[in-house]
Amino acid sequence: MIKETRITLKNLGRINPESIDDYINVGGYKAFEKVVGRHHIEIIDEMVKSSLRGRGGAGFSAGLKEKFTSEACLRCEQKYLICNADEGEPGTFKDRIIMENDPHLMLEGMLIAAYAIGASKAYIYIRGEYYKSIDRINKAISAAKEKGIIGKNVFGSAFSVDVEVKLGAGSYLCGEELTLLESLEGKRGYPRIKPPYPAEYGLYGKPTLINNVETLATIPTIIEKGPDWYTSLGTENSPGTKIFTISGDVNKPGYYETEMGITLRELIYELAGGIKDGKEFYAAILGGAAGTFVNELVLDTPMGFDTLKEKGAVLGSGAIMVMSEGRSLFDMTNSILEFFKHESCGKCVPCRIGMPQLLHIMENLKNNKIGRAEALDLLLYESEFMAKSSLCPLGQSPILPIKSLKQYFENEF
Amino acid sequence: MERSEILKQFEPDNENMLNILHALQNNNSQNYLSEEDLRIAANYLNTTYSHIYGVATYYTMFSLKPRGKYIIRVCNSPVCNMGNSIKVIEEIKEFLSIEVGETTDDKRFTLELSECLGRCGKAPGMMINEDVIGNIDNVDFKSIFENYN
Repeated sequence: MIKETRITLKNLGRINPESIDDYINVGGYKAFEKVVGRHHIEIIDEMVKSSLRGRGGAGFSAGLKEKFTSEACLRCEQKYLICNADEGEPGTFKDRIIMENDPHLMLEGMLIAAYAIGASKAYIYIRGEYYKSIDRINKAISAAKEKGIIGKNVFGSAFSVDVEVKLGAGSYLCGEELTLLESLEGKRGYPRIKPPYPAEYGLYGKPTLINNVETLATIPTIIEKGPDWYTSLGTENSPGTKIFTISGDVNKPGYYETEMGITLRELIYELAGGIKDGKEFYAAILGGAAGTFVNELVLDTPMGFDTLKEKGAVLGSGAIMVMSEGRSLFDMTNSILEFFKHESCGKCVPCRIGMPQLLHIMENLKNNKIGRAEALDLLLYESEFMAKSSLCPLGQSPILPIKSLKQYFENEF
Repeated sequence: MERSEILKQFEPDNENMLNILHALQNNNSQNYLSEEDLRIAANYLNTTYSHIYGVATYYTMFSLKPRGKYIIRVCNSPVCNMGNSIKVIEEIKEFLSIEVGETTDDKRFTLELSECLGRCGKAPGMMINEDVIGNIDNVDFKSIFENYN
């Protein structure tokens, strides 16, 4: 029987999330206290060695990101750390679970990362609809300030840091890191052109490290137990654990933190209790709306960034939306495309025009004006064009589900 | 609360713009940002009315039209769609006799659609102001809505 391995959810249910003393009693803030006595380069080296990959979806090395931000300038007047808590990818609710159940763990990860890169100011950009998370995080920050864990000369060191919460207001796109920066600066959520990357030119043009909630919540345990312990978990290229959020036609939808390398079959049939109503598995969408359809051929592929990529799929945020037999791929695709159309910011033409165009093709298919094969080819053509010419990841996203439909469901779509 | 009291809680930096707009909107008895709200915020942040208008109209959580006391946000994302959210939305529309985006005559409820609310384990889901309610297929809406007066 497959078991969960919990790192970011290790305190879930064991502590009162609103009590800093509870968190400290289970060893909380020990890693941060240890860190401030050490040279920041050692911390970054450990993070690089841990091979932790960003849990927001892109999977870039968290250690290297720290390194680049740290080395962006020698005598910077200011660097920033930002926790990206603007969770909005359909099918994803892992960050909410962390923030609601263990806000201090995330906060400790932030403080360690801020120390490592030399940032004296940190922000948490959190989506406006996550009221409970906002409340818990605010309480956690106040408690940490009272204990002197956030503030001037923490633990008697030369390191001073401040943490502030900034609210989003209902824009999926603001979860994209460069758009997040624009939003944080008090502007409309329009993406920036990259490069330059935030490590070089981030908030207010200063070197900025932006990490996802789950990434940050992993850091204290890596510091505590060491990078070798961390890389002993998971797979070679995707070490550690991951929270998978499983939804749709399963008996026990929810969140499950396991080692990377677990298979989709194990996740669905062992952890999530199998397919609802005794039906057969038909399809799953991995990674959210900006994710990929897969069929039963991927059920035994180890879940990891590279292993899924080899199959033309993505791990993304760890969202798994399960569809049982009888579900319509057309309806699901339409729903995904409607979502993108709604969230397109309208700044650049390929996305603004392309999204309605994709839905127009869907409508023509629905009304039997074109055939399935033709529709799929048209969708692929349009979304490829969008992927090549859009400014930000939103316009580059529809290609993911569409290409995977062609790969796995060409004759069924 | 007086608007000046609210503004005092924030430094006059643009990075506080969304927090300020949230606070002003929450303070407005009709759950929206009035022209006066925006003008005062622009003044406080030393920015132009047009800039703040641009920001307020970009984000879906802000409204420039008066709304009801309670905002109902029904999730309309793929997972909730699988859970029959479209049928649920129709039922709520019928129950409250309003369309999406409209407010009931007694000014109690405004019905809105929302993208993924992160409640996919209990799809379909919705929020009523700050409360989250999951598994709303096959529920008696009367028993839910009567708690909000």
